[in-house]
Amino acid sequence: MNLDGLIFIISAAVTIFGAVMMIMQRNPVAAVLYFILSLVAQAVLYVQLGALFVGAVLIIVYSGAILVLFLFVIMLLNLRGDEDLGAPSAPVSQLTKFIVSIGIVAEFAFIMWSTVFSNSIPTGIIAGASDNFGSTEQVAKLLFGRYLYPFELTSILLLSAIVGAVVIARKEDKDEIESEAEASTDKVTD
Amino acid sequence: MFGITHFLFIAALLFGIGVTGVLISRNIIVLLMSVELMLNAANLAIIAFSRALNVMDGHAFVFLVLTVAAAEAAVGLAMVITIFNNRRSINIDKYSMLKW
Repeated sequence: MNLDGLIFIISAAVTIFGAVMMIMQRNPVAAVLYFILSLVAQAVLYVQLGALFVGAVLIIVYSGAILVLFLFVIMLLNLRGDEDLGAPSAPVSQLTKFIVSIGIVAEFAFIMWSTVFSNSIPTGIIAGASDNFGSTEQVAKLLFGRYLYPFELTSILLLSAIVGAVVIARKEDKDEIESEAEASTDKVTD
Repeated sequence: MFGITHFLFIAALLFGIGVTGVLISRNIIVLLMSVELMLNAANLAIIAFSRALNVMDGHAFVFLVLTVAAAEAAVGLAMVITIFNNRRSINIDKYSMLKW
């Protein structure tokens, strides 16, 4: 077995392991850490596919920003992993969930079996990819060239997400604010 | 020899795990992360096809998907904070105030 295949098997196994462990955790902090493990292994897969820049961005943006945001929220809500998550769902509901999950995975397997393995799409990695495939320069040329308008539109999406998040998370309860102000003045007078 | 099929298989498996996580988890934070996992699986498939067809347009689309994922996480977590302040619970079964 060549080195590429070995790296693929290891990183794919780590990715799947991290994802499976993530959805099984009760403790949200452990779930976030398993997701980061899964993402780092996914970045290895990206690099194997020649997407060097996107792989780096995946680690920087996802592990560095989005999952830190998750950790911030967990800290803010003071979750310790021992919260009461209520009684497990009814057996009928659990069976439904099981059937739906298996059904979706089976559907994917069927689609891949009927298209990929009948050679209607190219399999195998093309050996003669250009030298700078996936380089920062090439990605920048695409983002600031052919896909300039979609790229600029994402800034509007991010702006609306920022405004929306601030508006949603802001405390609107006047009584609460007043009582907090009173508490702080009490502290000062004390 | 391994090729695009293997990467697509991993992507499909990751998407299936994400769907399972959305269905079975009762913790709102794990549920949001499962949604992120599904977006990641789609990204992996895009990158794999981009390599197989030897065009880099897929890399640009992955950036757009990453942006959507970031926006979704920010708004989703803001909603979690607000609901937690009202309900004092991260159990999604308690988040049923829209239910009649």
